Order: sequence, then structure tokens, then C-alpha cells
Amino acid sequence: MRSRPTGSVVVTGVSRFLGAHVAARLAADDRIGRVVGLDPHAPPPEFAHLLDGVEQVRGDAGSASTVIADLEAEAVVHLALITAPDQRHGGRAAMKEQNVIGTMQLLAACQQAPRLRKLVMRSSTAAYGASFRDPAVFTEDTEPREVPRGGFARDILDIEGYVRGFRRRRPDVTATVLRFAPFIGSNADTTLTRYFARPVVPTVLGRDPRLQFLHIEDALEIVHRSVVDDHAGTFNVAGAGVLSLSQAIRRAGRIPVPVLEPGLSAASNLVRNLGRSGYGLDQVDLFVHGRVVDTTRLVEEFDYTPRSTADAFDDFVSGHRGGAVLAREQLAIAERAILDGIRQARATVQEKA
Amino acid sequence: MNDDHRPDRPPRKSTRKAARRAPAQKTNGTVRPTILPTTEFVVDSPSTNGAARNGHKAPPPPAVLDHPGDVWDDRVARGLAFLRRRLAGDYEVDEFGFDPELTDKVFLPLLRLLYRDWFRTEVYGVENLPANGPALVVGNHSGTVALDALMLATALNDRTPNHRHLRLLGADLVFRMPIVSELARKSGGTVACNPDAERLLRTGELVGVFPEGFKGVGKQYAQRYKLQRFGRGGFVSAALRTGTPIVPAAIVGAEEIYPMLADIKPLARLLGLPYFPVTPTFPWLGPLGMVPLPSKWLIEFSAPIPTAHLQDQADDPLVVFNLADQVRETIQQTLHTLLERRPDPFGR
Repeated sequence: MRSRPTGSVVVTGVSRFLGAHVAARLAADDRIGRVVGLDPHAPPPEFAHLLDGVEQVRGDAGSASTVIADLEAEAVVHLALITAPDQRHGGRAAMKEQNVIGTMQLLAACQQAPRLRKLVMRSSTAAYGASFRDPAVFTEDTEPREVPRGGFARDILDIEGYVRGFRRRRPDVTATVLRFAPFIGSNADTTLTRYFARPVVPTVLGRDPRLQFLHIEDALEIVHRSVVDDHAGTFNVAGAGVLSLSQAIRRAGRIPVPVLEPGLSAASNLVRNLGRSGYGLDQVDLFVHGRVVDTTRLVEEFDYTPRSTADAFDDFVSGHRGGAVLAREQLAIAERAILDGIRQARATVQEKA
Repeated sequence: MNDDHRPDRPPRKSTRKAARRAPAQKTNGTVRPTILPTTEFVVDSPSTNGAARNGHKAPPPPAVLDHPGDVWDDRVARGLAFLRRRLAGDYEVDEFGFDPELTDKVFLPLLRLLYRDWFRTEVYGVENLPANGPALVVGNHSGTVALDALMLATALNDRTPNHRHLRLLGADLVFRMPIVSELARKSGGTVACNPDAERLLRTGELVGVFPEGFKGVGKQYAQRYKLQRFGRGGFVSAALRTGTPIVPAAIVGAEEIYPMLADIKPLARLLGLPYFPVTPTFPWLGPLGMVPLPSKWLIEFSAPIPTAHLQDQADDPLVVFNLADQVRETIQQTLHTLLERRPDPFGR
């Protein structure tokens, strides 16, 4: 509550879902003076109306230093991360360029900004890597045991390393690192929501990973609170509770198709080479190891409890009911029919006897 | 002693045995956990939240309850409701991946067949386990395949008044293997590491650990009932940090199920396993060699060793080693007394 940024706030990545919504929320908050969106791309039409109250600057992270200096920004919210390579926009090379080099340039600009008081960084629970020796539940202090295979997870490790350096050099800036679980919700559109929206869902044979989700609305709320209030530190942000992958697929009424793990890795490579953005090694790692985090620190510090993983997933399911193959109601009807059939058969047998 | 569960029953062919058990079940009511030929019919209390959320629960018709056929109607209805809940994902899994419904209705009934009818397990000292609240159960490990861990969990569930679940800590090899890792997590296991052990103990669970690890399971038959080294004593520091009592458990019988005569080290290295066993039946008889020999099992829980007074000394290696030695000695001595009680490994 101590230091509300009444000056200007720079939000990166406003051409994407998270950035556009965060910028819109901050602009609607009259405790905050100016909200400036920094993005090299123009926002697509579905987000354009959100950004009415937001000043937009076209430019990549390289131009961040001039923008931040000109605005005398008091807070920077860095959300411009790409979670999966998009072949239409340069694939993995462009993804790494934006994630790693972009963050480096942005942090370099922040370091030179004398009036900066707050930095909010988007990170991911992928920061814990994936290893068979991992504890079941990660706390913020857990160190990754193995370097993950997925490109996004490796980028996240690099990015968090740069933030550690920044914290050392600018101890006067309140730095908040938010390690988000995968986003879900009725209107979120991510690699995972597209995966669960398919009628037939590939899984890894012999593995049933534990998953956690975060409702996208809760993500927006947490970012908003990080900007408005002071919450220095690194926080796991996820819905409490766990769904196993098989359970999630069943709740969504989809059909799982177990695939041998080398097959899935090869298939994901093939899909990528064919120029479709699909499931990378990040997803394969998640589907082999699962990922569960402890959110005690978040709930205590922010005094806010995100929707549970099961509730967040239910919201997604209710928004995607159309694609369900085995809906809950159909199962109940089938159960009823079988039971009645058995009762009738037994009744006739008993009558004869 | 309350070891009333027919230790004198001879081992029989499992299929016929299960069929014969069913009529006996009707007469003696609900005294003991059921064993029936098809596991999905063993459902006795439909998980409340799943049924409630659906608003649909197969109702047992009360009008005809005293009719002899109705037991089966009830069972069919419950079995179908169970299947529907499983298919719709209407069950809960904890943060370690433990699926209590699946464990109670499917895994434990299957394990009980082995526990009661194949190994004729006798259990002593159940009163040393807490009825509620945490404890660290430390056992001796043996038998080439870690069936002793599963039997310990079954014994604990069968004999404690609240039917408690033992949360086993397994080697990372268990979690490296597909299918096995899935089953291990669903039945309540997790990786043997201090963060997980302490987290489980803090939430009041019974945690099972075998500090000998592969040195214990993979030892040869000539070394039977000789406790191996106890590693770094990580289990003791987990108990100390959480102030939970340690309950030593001595298991007799597991050494004889797959008596390991030799270890083919090159083959083990090739397959990435800690050892490759040669037993009187494996690999000679192929899959038939995987059937465990029907040894007689005895499990004894010793008096709990309190640790609450040492809570601030969890980082003192001397305290940790002394406590580990105390646990080890207790188990070793209990093993000797149990072995005297069981002169014939394959007796009744």
C-alpha cells in the first residue's frame, strides 16, 4: 500500500491476451496515472476495444530504454513472453529472441531509469524444470534439478537469472516475479486450452501427470495487485488442488489416446517441422512429470486465494461443452439404462424360477 | 493379540477361493473388508461429493431389501455408480496424486488377496500405530521385488481402526518407469526426498520408508534377515524436523518370495537396473517365474520412538545417526524373535 505508482506504468506485450487485459484493467484504475502499452505488433481487432484508455507505442524491447526514459516510468510490467513457437512469426528463433533478448534489453533499460520503483515480471512454474527426482510439490525455494528440455522452460530459467541480477543492481526497485501455472478459463486461448478442446487427446502412455491450472481472471487480478501494492519477491500463482491429466480429460468429456513417449516427442517435432504451432517438448515434459506448486506464500502476501484448479477447469469445460464426446449426462443415462436392463433380466429369471 | 484372521488357512487357487468367499460374506455381514471376484462390486460407500455433484446416484430399492437377491442388485448398482464416477472424473486426487477411491476399491482388494490368502500374514503390535496423526513407519526391505512395501501398506489399512493409508516413499527409479510410476502415485506413494516426507508428516499422514533401499531388496538369499546399511539417515531428520514418532516395523517372509541366488551385473547395467536377479524360478520359467513363492509372513510394529524432544537437533549428525542406529537395532532384534516364532518359512 506504501508506494502506489501515480505516474506512468509501461506494460509490454499488449498485443496478446494477457497484456491487453492487464493494460485495460490498469487504465480503468484511477489510482494509476498513465498506462502505456509497448509492443512491436498492433493488437488484433478483438483486443483493440480494450486498449482505448491505453497509450500505445509500437516498438520492441530495444526501444524500451527511450520509452521508459521519456515517460519517466515508475512501474514496468513485463508480460511479453511467448510460450510456444509460432511458425508464422519466425518459430523458435523469434521466440527466444523475444523472451530472452527482449527481457535482457528491457531490464537494461529499467536499470537506467532513475524514477523506476516497481518491476512486475511474468514467469512460469516451468522454472522448476522437470526431473524424476523432483519433490511432488514445489515451493518458491525449490531449485530445478535438471535443465528442462523445452524451449520455453529454458527461456524462463534465463529470464529469472536476469531478474536476480537486476535485483542485485537495483535493490531500491520492488521486483515481483509471478510464476504462473498454465492459464485456463472459458475465454482463454492457449496451447493447453486448444489441447483440451480437441475431441481426442493424446497422452503419454503409462504416465498420469498431476496438473494445476490458474484461472485467467485470477492471473489478471494478481498482476493488478502487484502493480498497485508492494509485493516484493517470487510467488507461485496457481489454483489450489490438483487434477490428474486423465481426470481432467474425463471431466472435459474427451477421449485420451495414450502414445509412447518417444513417439510423442517425434510427433511433436514432425508437427513443428510441418509448420504448425503445436505441442513442443515443453508439453511433453509437462505430460510426463506433471507440475504442482505450493501457493501458501502467495495467499499470505496478497491476501487473495485464486479459484481452485478444479473450479478453473470446470469453467473451461462449461465454455467448451460442445466438443465433449462423453458428457456426464450421457454417462448417467447409460448407467441408468444398464441398471434397468439388469433388473429386468433378473426379474424375468426369477419369475421363471 | 487380535490376530484372528485365519492364519491357518492353506493357500488355494485364487479364482476358486474368491468365488467360495462370496456366500460366506452374506452370512457374517460387514465384519471384515470384503473380497469378491470382481473388484468394482466391492464399493461400499459411494464417494459423497461425486454423487452429490451429479445429483444422480443409483438408488438401492428399499422395498425389496429382505429379498435374497437384493444384495446383488445393490452391488450392481454400486458397481455401475463407481464406474460412472471414474469415467466422468468425479473423484478427488491429492497434491501427491493419491487417489483414495481407486486405492480402496481396486488396489487394496487385490493386494488383500496376496496379503491374506497367499502370504497368510500375521500382524502384531498394531496398537503402536497412532489412530490419528502422523508417524514415520520404518521397515526392513527385502524380496527382490518390493512387495513388502505393498504388504505393509495393506496390513496397516486392514488392521488400523480407521483403515489408514500408508504413504510410501519410493526410489526415483520407481517414478522413472512408466505405468509403475502412475500406479505408485495413485496408491499414495511419492519420491523419497525430505521435502515430500516432511510435507506428508506435517499433514498428519502415516509415511512408510525403507532406508536400506536397493541394498535391502537386492541382497542375495544367503544374506536374508541381515539388515543392510541405513544410508544417510534422511528419514530420521524428516521425523526430527516435524517432531513425529518413528515406528519400527519388522517384516518376516518377504525374503523367501523371490530368493535371489545370483545377480547378473552386466545385464543389470545394460537395462539400467540396480540388479538383475536369478532365482530358482526366474528367468528359467519365464513369466511363471514371476509368481512369488507362498512364504509365511509376520509383521510386527514396535513401540514408537518419540522425537518431539529432539526437534531442534535435526541438523546434528550425531543425533541423527544415533537415532537411525536405534531404529535399526530394534528392527533387527524384532526380526530375530519373529524368526523364532516361524521355524518353517513355508509353514502355515
